[in-house]
Amino acid sequence: MSTTETNEIEKLANQEYKYGFVTDIETESAPKGLNEDIIALISKKKNEPEWMLEYRLKAYRHWLKMEEPEWPNVSYTKPDFQDIIYYSAPKNRPKYNSLDEVDPELIKTFEKLGIPLEEQKIFAGVAVDAVFDSVSVATTYKEKLKEMGIIFCSMSEAIQEHPGLVKKYIGSVVPYTDNFYAALNSAVFTDGSFAFIPKGVRCPMELSTYFRINASNTGQFERTLIVAEDSAYVSYLEGCTAPMRDENQLHAAVVELVALDNAEIKYSTIQNWYAGDKEGRGGIYNFVTKRGLCKGVNSKISWTQVETGSSITWKYPSCVLQGDNSIGEFYSVAVTNNMQQADTGTKMIHIGHNTRSTIVSKGISAGVSNNTYRGLVKVGKKASHARNYSQCDSLLIGDKCGAHTFPYLEVNNPTAIIEHEATTSKIGEDQIFYLNQRGLSTEDAVSMIVNGYCKEVFRELPMEFAVEAQKLLSVSLEGSVG
Amino acid sequence: MDKHKELKELFNKGFTSLENRLNGGTKGELHTYRKDALKRFNELRFPTIKDEEWKYTNISPVIAKYFKPSADSAVIADAKGVDRFFINRNDFIHLVFVNGRFSDELSFGWKETEGFTVTNLKTAIKDKPEIVSGYIGKNAVIEDNIFTALSSAFIEDGTFIYVNKNTVVEKPVHIFYVTNSNEEIMNAPRNLFIAGANSQIKVIESYEALSSAAYFTNVVTEIFLEEGAVVEHIKIQDEALGAYHIARTEVSQKKASNYLSYNVDFGGSIVRNNLHTRFDESGAENNLRGLYLTSGSQLVDNHTRIDHAMPHCLSHELYKGVLNDSSRAVFNGKVMVRKDAQKTNAFQENKNLLLSEDALVNTKPQLEIFADDVKCTHGATVGQLSKDSLFYLKSRGFSHDTAMRVLIYAFASDVVHAIDIPEIRDYLEKKIAEKLATGLEN
Repeated sequence: MSTTETNEIEKLANQEYKYGFVTDIETESAPKGLNEDIIALISKKKNEPEWMLEYRLKAYRHWLKMEEPEWPNVSYTKPDFQDIIYYSAPKNRPKYNSLDEVDPELIKTFEKLGIPLEEQKIFAGVAVDAVFDSVSVATTYKEKLKEMGIIFCSMSEAIQEHPGLVKKYIGSVVPYTDNFYAALNSAVFTDGSFAFIPKGVRCPMELSTYFRINASNTGQFERTLIVAEDSAYVSYLEGCTAPMRDENQLHAAVVELVALDNAEIKYSTIQNWYAGDKEGRGGIYNFVTKRGLCKGVNSKISWTQVETGSSITWKYPSCVLQGDNSIGEFYSVAVTNNMQQADTGTKMIHIGHNTRSTIVSKGISAGVSNNTYRGLVKVGKKASHARNYSQCDSLLIGDKCGAHTFPYLEVNNPTAIIEHEATTSKIGEDQIFYLNQRGLSTEDAVSMIVNGYCKEVFRELPMEFAVEAQKLLSVSLEGSVG
Repeated sequence: MDKHKELKELFNKGFTSLENRLNGGTKGELHTYRKDALKRFNELRFPTIKDEEWKYTNISPVIAKYFKPSADSAVIADAKGVDRFFINRNDFIHLVFVNGRFSDELSFGWKETEGFTVTNLKTAIKDKPEIVSGYIGKNAVIEDNIFTALSSAFIEDGTFIYVNKNTVVEKPVHIFYVTNSNEEIMNAPRNLFIAGANSQIKVIESYEALSSAAYFTNVVTEIFLEEGAVVEHIKIQDEALGAYHIARTEVSQKKASNYLSYNVDFGGSIVRNNLHTRFDESGAENNLRGLYLTSGSQLVDNHTRIDHAMPHCLSHELYKGVLNDSSRAVFNGKVMVRKDAQKTNAFQENKNLLLSEDALVNTKPQLEIFADDVKCTHGATVGQLSKDSLFYLKSRGFSHDTAMRVLIYAFASDVVHAIDIPEIRDYLEKKIAEKLATGLEN
């Protein structure tokens, strides 16, 4: 590549994070640190029933016995768990009747993020439960969903209003004993989303929550639970941006999905949290436990993710295929640039008969980043006629980045058919030359090639998200070519 | 972990008696190396399934056995019947070891050599101590592996091959490690193969048993390929079904050298092969092929690592397995492309056939890539025979069993087809057919 190109590329690579800003809203925070009192405080603030507090305390006591895992292929300064504020809520939380009553600062924040609430109402088919820090501040379309029997609200509200459902399903897919961060989350989660789709209902719109991390030094511990009853269908979107800052922020969310007989859940994520500056300072630690349980027969859970942000991403959206004929899918694009590190992938646990899973993972590493795919396909002894197809491709941009694949295949049933394929390559000089020759700049050529490379995954995203994802990808990779 | 302590104690005692026996051989550099290895052995702990490298292979049965170093054993090596393992009596060079001891009378063709040295390690230590200590332990480091440390502490005998530059060794060298013992012993042979610039050699390593008592083979092989050297290395592991086999093969390759490996596992109760190759200079190439046929409650674990440390190298890897009964297989293939190893091509494939409900395979092909101008792929499959192929054969009048056998044979024998020594290829093909015939009867 010529020097002029390289210079231009460097210039673009040095672009600052476009969405970095801090909103100045007074927040009501708990003191730093973690102990049983803090947990009791969180529970009390949220006016939770006794069983919820007990659950939190059990999780906390278990967490104390656990050690922080060392096995991921990432290196970072371990978070000091006593230096985190575990509860912060926007002060004087008012109940809004209209958008005019909402704090104008907040509206501005959303506008900067490109999700003006007033437009959201007009946008057909998107109900937004916007999470500003740890407490929901605005919910739309609730009425319409309510008519159909769909519950879509914040986790704290669900604990108040639908304790039976929450109690039944929370921790049923990701028990607090699961891992270090799941235990921590179970103890201190502050809010999140809850969706319940009753029997036979097809949710008419995409449910969507915009997560936003604000307030300095607040770890965000989200808890999401989605339950689709028999023959129900739901598509859920999650997307994030975060303000720029210097200290590492820990994000340890837990997402649980439950699909009963013939139900289908589609879960799409776009993650674009602050990735740290060029030296890797700051940036979000994204340690997430996501798991879906295909509990009923013919159920289906599909994960689609586009991961471009965070200084460290560490997550494995998984499917437990318990019901016969159930289907699990995982489509992922993970982009790392500069000092970013990602260790991501999926787990497909085949338990029922005739279960099927598909894994398509596209990793793109640029700069001096490291991108790891780690996946497990496990076929239990009784899981007859299981079928899995995995494909994980890595694209390397630049000679200082790394791509790693660690696929684990554990097959315990002879009727299973498991296929795994992986490739690692770089963008061909001839491909770029071809596009240059057709009048595209190198930048655009790379963007086009990368988008083509990710198409298989983007195709799975809902329309609006797919457009956003393509833009995000170009922004993330712009100038990293060389 | 008192058991571990006791076992270490036992080996330390064994080491003292080795020192007494060496009688004067305890000076030299080699003995310092032995002592370092023993020290490292005492420092390291035995791995458990909590260690990522041993996640699927539980070696506690090996530890539970209290194997004695074989040279300590009172059993006189009885070599009767060894010759039935010979594949080509006339045209091969034969080296035979029984219970880790070199047998002069059974070995032949190894003395009258020109341009190269094929001998047992003990003789080489005596005659060419500077060459031996110049190479030994250079590829197989004792630091990270307790079994390598243990094996290195007990270096006494094994095979030493040194091929001068520009020499082509026409006759294949066939090495037999035969165990014939009623005691539970540990054999720790050490192999050192050095192929000089532009030399060529073919080596076959066979592991056989005449007795049925449990024993433990803990072998370390180091292979050095100088510029332009070509080495074909065939390892046939056909230990007794109650035996434990832990093998480590370390290969380093200089410019434009070519290493071909065939690793075939038939026997053994718990088998662990570590095959590691490293490209020290550019333009080199290797081809690693493996086959494991398991039945009963066998466990065969193959760990391979190809280190593309230099640019412009090419590696091919194909490992295939056929698993029957409640046997288990582990495959872990790591391809590592270092930072400046541009223009690397690495292709890796692992295919498994599960024939029974209780068979289990854990496969983990792994790529770690730090350079951008590379072509690397890996693939892994686990499955059964295609119904269409079976149907096709049956429609042509094959019985179900024969059709199965034909297809499995075709699947498995693919690995050994490319072997350049016709006698060995024929032998292996026959052996595969036999093993499949007995395996399928149940």
